[in-house]
Amino acid sequence: MQTFISTLIDGLSLGSLYALVALGYSMVYGIAKMLNFAHGDVIMVGIYVLFVALGAMGTSPLMLTIAALIMIVFCALLGFTIEKLAYKPLRAASPLSVLITAIGVSYLLQNLALLIFGSRQQKVPTYFHLGSIYIGGVQIELLSLLILAVTIVVMILLSIFINKTKLGSAMLAVSEDKGAAQLMGINVNATISLTFVIGSALAGVGALLYAAKMPWVGPYTGSVFGIKAFAAAVFGGIGSIPGAMIGGVLIGIIEAMMNVFLPDVLSNASDGFAYLVLIIMLVIKPTGLLGRKHVEKV
Amino acid sequence: MKTRLQRLLPLAGAALLYGVILLLMATKVLPRSYQQMLPTICTYIIMAVSLNLVVGFLGDLSLGHAAFYAVGAYVGGMILRYLTAIPFGVRVIVAIAAAAAVAFVIGGAFLYFVRKLHGDYLAIVTLAFGEFVRSIVKIIPGTGGSAGLTDIPTIAAGAFPIKYIKAFSWSYVIMVISIFLIVNLIRSRHGRAIMAVRDNSIAAASVGINVSRCRIVTFAIAALFAGIAGVLYAANTAAVNPADFDYNVSIEVLVMVVLGGMGNIGGSIIATIILVALPKVLLDAAQYRLLIYAIALIAMMMLNANPRFTAFKRRVSEKTSKFVKSLGRGRD
Amino acid sequence: MAMLETKNLGISFGGLRAVDEFNLTVERGQLYGLIGPNGAGKTTVFNLLTGVYAPTTGGFFLEGKSLAGKTPLEINRCGIARTFQNIRLFKEMSVIDNVKVGLHNAANYSIFDGLFMLPRYAREEKELQTRARELLDVFGLDGERDYLASNLPYGKQRKLEIARALATSPKLLLLDEPAAGMNPQETAELMETICFVRDHFDMTILLIEHDMKLVSGICEQVTVLNFGTTLAQGQTAEVLADPRVVRAYLGE
Repeated sequence: MQTFISTLIDGLSLGSLYALVALGYSMVYGIAKMLNFAHGDVIMVGIYVLFVALGAMGTSPLMLTIAALIMIVFCALLGFTIEKLAYKPLRAASPLSVLITAIGVSYLLQNLALLIFGSRQQKVPTYFHLGSIYIGGVQIELLSLLILAVTIVVMILLSIFINKTKLGSAMLAVSEDKGAAQLMGINVNATISLTFVIGSALAGVGALLYAAKMPWVGPYTGSVFGIKAFAAAVFGGIGSIPGAMIGGVLIGIIEAMMNVFLPDVLSNASDGFAYLVLIIMLVIKPTGLLGRKHVEKV
Repeated sequence: MKTRLQRLLPLAGAALLYGVILLLMATKVLPRSYQQMLPTICTYIIMAVSLNLVVGFLGDLSLGHAAFYAVGAYVGGMILRYLTAIPFGVRVIVAIAAAAAVAFVIGGAFLYFVRKLHGDYLAIVTLAFGEFVRSIVKIIPGTGGSAGLTDIPTIAAGAFPIKYIKAFSWSYVIMVISIFLIVNLIRSRHGRAIMAVRDNSIAAASVGINVSRCRIVTFAIAALFAGIAGVLYAANTAAVNPADFDYNVSIEVLVMVVLGGMGNIGGSIIATIILVALPKVLLDAAQYRLLIYAIALIAMMMLNANPRFTAFKRRVSEKTSKFVKSLGRGRD
Repeated sequence: MAMLETKNLGISFGGLRAVDEFNLTVERGQLYGLIGPNGAGKTTVFNLLTGVYAPTTGGFFLEGKSLAGKTPLEINRCGIARTFQNIRLFKEMSVIDNVKVGLHNAANYSIFDGLFMLPRYAREEKELQTRARELLDVFGLDGERDYLASNLPYGKQRKLEIARALATSPKLLLLDEPAAGMNPQETAELMETICFVRDHFDMTILLIEHDMKLVSGICEQVTVLNFGTTLAQGQTAEVLADPRVVRAYLGE
């Protein structure tokens, strides 16, 4: 029972990480109507930036703050650049072309990382020195609670931004109807850019928390994580902030449970089962728990 | 419309090409390193042409073609390795038939399961399926687990260049048959149905095409050929490992399809030859290979989105088709 | 027995009744018009009749056979074919291949026959070629048979869509604004073609159209839809003279 509860909490924190990243997918999917395949790789780049910065500057609280800020800004700029250079020229192209381009960008980032850092996993220095507490005999890592708290705060801030500010309503308008938004005097290109910047900055926050929990980084770290986060976004409902949370937490818990409770014979293929869960989630709820159904007009 | 006889002409061309390559191999004009590459090229051509069936003709993006390649390699490899009671020649045929059948069923069953998904979502589940298969292989008895399946009896035996001639010959024959069948499929009523689903699935359903069934069968057939390619791989390399079938393989094949032109079989073949040979030709560039793939993907999509480039492409393709037609005048 | 009969056909989208209590009888060989202002629910009726949407109330019958709730595929196989308001051709395929897709179920050879080019494949493909060219000939498109469908001028694309629909050998043909975007001369030509199709193929045709010259020129009967409900129904000339219909189109 105690293992179960601590696994549950572990899954919850992992899931909130997924949710944070799922938000990035969800926002871009809602507004640019595309799967930003490279989103997960932005996280990978973020962790590498952290790895280099912390390696050079040390992990004192001041340096950590500076490194984290640099990294998040770097991620945001990267997202901005990717959109400008790769996706913007394809606004009018077929969805298949856009998707292939996004895969190309993802592949490009992975292989740049491979060239620069090699295929070996690198250890990121530990920077959050948090212990654990015991509640009723159950060990709870404070880091898990921190991740959960940060995610919830970010989600609330994002909700306020989207629903209460002018820029937020512009984003909603663009996601609803680009043409009409343009006619209403909204700068569609700038809005899409902004979406990428926010989404990528969230990926940066995700990178900071991810590396605190799992301090190893390789060229494919982000893509695997990203794919699961995307599934979470779809399952919860594209465009829905609470949906991303539900989807993310669900995947996180299932994964944590599988890691602990899967029989030894099958544990060799635990990765495979995670993917199977993902396929099943997409198949049973492609329109999302909290999403809206889109029907092609005939 | 071409007659059946005309459609057999490329086979004669393939036979001629085989003769030329064989001559180059036997006389050792073609250096060893290139001879070694030929079976790989044949294998990848089958992969690219079969993936083109899905991506270029059906219009669905698959990022998990390597899954079926793996299925074929393991089924074929295990048959070759364990069923030693059967004479080797027969075993090879059994291996191909079994791998093709298993891949066909798995491909069809997979798409049946995810048939409601399209576009980005389908791309994600195919990717996930690729990783699932690669991972699940490890816990199936007889596959050798993470270490892989080794000591698969190989066709390539003997001294240089006999060894490579053998490996190339059977790979080439299987490749030619595979391409021939896929081209025939595309030119049949079923092929037209596949393209109709790609161009407009709502209209296709409105004229009596069973869209779901069409997608399932196309995936199954593409998987079948990827399975056959898997047997080639297993029998040529004598060892298969789960790491040989990762995401990168699916992407590599996708690059071949995209570079050669989606829906263009000849293009896939040429692009495959170039992409497999390139790292050998440009030894210094080998480490940048994957980077070049990524850039090629993006660049092709940018070019395709450029109206001037598409107009140019259309002009060229119309001219070539006119030229080809002038060769076969008197028919139609 | 009527070719097409709808009984209290209706559909609502989240509380909005897009089509309500729709009753219509089209006799065999008739040319029937479905008209009404924009947003009246005409295309929705077509989508119901072709299985794109399933009706929430009522049903419809083709020669007495109930088709409500069937898929587009099944409905086409039962004998209803259609064209689309926003043209839906197979753009990257040749003109003749577009028609051959329509003839898909006219051939019987299997995938296996096709893969190995067996005699049955060759024989049936030859037949398809002949039939496709005959159909293209009717619409004056045979000369352009090897063009990409997307390279045809607009008017011809509409004709090709009709040819493709006819290729499925329907009993009932639904045309969704066949004259949209055509100039008066093209429209006149189209009217002749529609009448020819009716006579030559012994076809029953239900069409949606905004061009009143076309409707009054060739439709024997019309139904007027407004806000999803039937406003008037009957002989074309009488209905078009109905003050309520005029009001619906022009406003008060």
